[in-house]
Amino acid sequence: MRLVVDLNKCQGYAQCAFLAPDVFAMHGEESLLYDPRPEDEQRERVARAVAACPVQAITADGLDRAGASQEASDVR
Amino acid sequence: MSADHLERLRREGRIVIVGASLAGLRAAETLRAEGFAGDLTLIGDEPHEPYDRPPLSKSALLGMASPLRTQLPRRREIDAKWRLGVAATGLDLAAKRVRLADGDEVEYDRLLIATGVRARPWFKEEEARLDGVCVLRTREDAADLVRRLRAGPRRVFVIGAGFAGSEVASACRELGLPVSMAERAGAPLVGALGGVIGSVAADLATEHGVDLRTHVTVTALEGDTVGRVRAVHLSDESVVEADVVVVSLGSLRNTEWLTGSGLGAGPRGVACDAGCRAFDFRGIVTDDVFVAGDVARSPHALFGYQFLSLEHWGNAVAQAETAAHNMICDGADRRPHLWMPAFWSSMFGVNIKSVGVPPMGEHLMITQGSLAERRFTGVYGHQGRVVAAVTFDNARWLEFYQRQIERGAPFPVEFPTLDRRPEGRQPVPAGFPDPSLPTHGPMVTLSGYSPADQQLVFHPSRH
Amino acid sequence: MPHASLARQITDFGNRANPYPLYAELRRTPVLHEEEDGPYLISSYYDIEALLHDPRISSDATNLAAAGADGAGEPEETGGLPPSFLRLDPPEHDRLRRIANTGFGPPHRPRRIEGMRGAMREIVTELIDGFGDARQVDLVDQFAYPFPVTVICRLLGVPREDEPTFRTWVDPLVASLDPEKRPGGAQEAEYRQSAQEARMRLGMYLSGLVEERAREPRDDLLSDLVNSRGPDGSMTMMEVLSTSVLLLIAGHETTVNLITNGMLTLLRHPEVLGRLREDPGLSVSIVEELLRYEPPVQLVPQRTCITDIEVRGVTIPKGSRIWLMLAAGNRDPERFEDPDRFDPDRGDIQHLGFGSGIHSCFGAPLARLETQIALSELARRLENPRLVEDPPPYRENAVLRGPRHLDVAFDGVR
Repeated sequence: MRLVVDLNKCQGYAQCAFLAPDVFAMHGEESLLYDPRPEDEQRERVARAVAACPVQAITADGLDRAGASQEASDVR
Repeated sequence: MSADHLERLRREGRIVIVGASLAGLRAAETLRAEGFAGDLTLIGDEPHEPYDRPPLSKSALLGMASPLRTQLPRRREIDAKWRLGVAATGLDLAAKRVRLADGDEVEYDRLLIATGVRARPWFKEEEARLDGVCVLRTREDAADLVRRLRAGPRRVFVIGAGFAGSEVASACRELGLPVSMAERAGAPLVGALGGVIGSVAADLATEHGVDLRTHVTVTALEGDTVGRVRAVHLSDESVVEADVVVVSLGSLRNTEWLTGSGLGAGPRGVACDAGCRAFDFRGIVTDDVFVAGDVARSPHALFGYQFLSLEHWGNAVAQAETAAHNMICDGADRRPHLWMPAFWSSMFGVNIKSVGVPPMGEHLMITQGSLAERRFTGVYGHQGRVVAAVTFDNARWLEFYQRQIERGAPFPVEFPTLDRRPEGRQPVPAGFPDPSLPTHGPMVTLSGYSPADQQLVFHPSRH
Repeated sequence: MPHASLARQITDFGNRANPYPLYAELRRTPVLHEEEDGPYLISSYYDIEALLHDPRISSDATNLAAAGADGAGEPEETGGLPPSFLRLDPPEHDRLRRIANTGFGPPHRPRRIEGMRGAMREIVTELIDGFGDARQVDLVDQFAYPFPVTVICRLLGVPREDEPTFRTWVDPLVASLDPEKRPGGAQEAEYRQSAQEARMRLGMYLSGLVEERAREPRDDLLSDLVNSRGPDGSMTMMEVLSTSVLLLIAGHETTVNLITNGMLTLLRHPEVLGRLREDPGLSVSIVEELLRYEPPVQLVPQRTCITDIEVRGVTIPKGSRIWLMLAAGNRDPERFEDPDRFDPDRGDIQHLGFGSGIHSCFGAPLARLETQIALSELARRLENPRLVEDPPPYRENAVLRGPRHLDVAFDGVR
């Protein structure tokens, strides 16, 4: 699984850090750090994070279900 | 071009993308997404599939990501021929051929140049070869630096307090390592954000224990008897002992391979029109060669049609998409690249974001929050218009200011805003250095109105 | 023929079951100002989104009081407590929200909510087990209300058995959120007073718990609120109380509607319900689509502008009240394809259900998790569930919109 966060879009809502804390972490109030190549066991959590991102900033591949969300991540 | 010709190109044409990083990959994906069914070749000098660079100076240094595992996710299958680990060395415009380092030649019907930039090395070659002297651009650079930082150096010395240098210094402090940082200007980030914001960055660095030295340059790197760096000599005649030196003096555009090709390519990049079509050295636009990403310099309507060179992640993506679209479209179907410059950085626990072109601004107003609290929004003005904004931990307001820039809203900002402090009532000089003087790696470079750039000697990042 | 203004029709209880045609009408005039001194209704997605990030728009209660002739949409009578961060602007809003966050989420407590997943599942299991041999339940009273109440009580550290007590104070406070419920005129003072008294009593009740936690901290949010000593300093006792009141109320009054609207929507779309039964993971996108399609907070009625602003060529004068019609924006065809279709598979669900900007829903991660678990468990365990009454009876509230009862019949519990 590979992922990237468009940090121009990211506004630090931290939803991903709630949902997949081993992949996404807030660094201070607003900065996001993440692991671009998380372990496969994180797949479901990453899929949840992709879906929950209020600004649809997370693009990931190799998610079973997240095809839809993946497409969405580049709209607008 | 006739409709037939275009249809043939889309069906069975040959598209070559030189540069297999963010812009190259996104362009390839866009080509396929928009129906290009012909041969697609990606050429990259690094032997790796496309990977993301921003994590290299953040997550990777902090141990949250492996520097060797930042490969970019794929939006779709691209069914391309990959020529990785082999650099392009020349371009024959007339024959429509790219020459490769291994002697091969690849023919194209349309070419996209996305060769990006590389780290500017330390200018004294012998000193640059000392063990412990690093740059940070590629994944190998990052892996090397991570290894050195983990080994617990006595002191890290960062040359150049731009974004990359400051991020490295921040990571070092977080890892508990002593770090010094030298900057020729009066503060970090001055080239990108000006002196007012720079002084906030200086305070942040100092408070977090960075030994910040401004108004100095590094004159020499000193090695020990076995070729390891041991000390840094500064223009104020001080000497700082350090066993890791990170050279963070901005970047060089990878255009050397185009020398003699006839394209308008030079040290500041490859000039192109708003549709991403490259100019030749005469200033005449080509029709089969396109440019995208860090290596491109293109005119922007919002900023007086000056050529902008943007080393921005988002620009690479957006310009790649536009270039790819235009490569397989004609006339009225083509789109201009009108991306709003935007970037982010993160250091000392503070999130820094910006839109527009701050170095264009003569004046700055803190419209929300306070510099002293390190939580604020600053707005840059140029000739009575809002041209840029920056936030420190205030990102959720930024899109409002982006719309102000898009509308050419008046500056100073006369209307009231939430959390306006007394300090934000009047504009102040933004404190950009004289643009003719070099600073460290501004991420936006305004480079005038000439598409031909070969004679220029302006080196914004030279130390 | 005189007809009621759109704003009044939207708040009119008679239109509660399906306000969406009214929202569609509203969007034809994306900036609508119907009555002098009345609010400006903003109903297009992009305008709402922009205003949620506009630093000329205030959430401050005192600005609203100055603007609001009838006080409509004022959700927080003071009751002697300072306003919560919901009703404050930066920098105070930011400071209080940051302190509240230290016990709630990243970076300080990234795993607290995710760590409640197991407990949430247990509560849901118990509630469904509690249906016993019944073949029909009121899903609101027997499930969608008790579940989030139990969760927020546990998170805050409020004894669950006190719920009947605090509910008598929560109800008038929540009712005061509803613009329609404001009587106006002579009764207004009385109405305000009862809401104020309710807030005060709720505050007093919580102050007992908070004082206990100050002496003897436990692993709960009240303890973190009262004992937080970060770079932002600590909250005053009064700030702790108004924050606790906010979290207790917002922590369940919205989720009950999200869950109930969710089950109602699924029962109206049995094919999606069937898929969810087979694949609990689908609950993730179902909840996002619900937040678009049937958002539990329909509008944000407590904003004012601190200067003249222009939206779509209309000048909204300084001091005007602005209603951001989230539920209308969520179905804006300018933003979403086929917006009136419930479709969890639409890739693009960038909804306004949790708001956006600095006031975006504090409890969003909690609400998401609760609703995902609730809906997937209901789908898995109820055999052949069906609606008894469609539409169901609604709560009066136009802002926090949802069914008051949702009678669901089924053939058994798995």
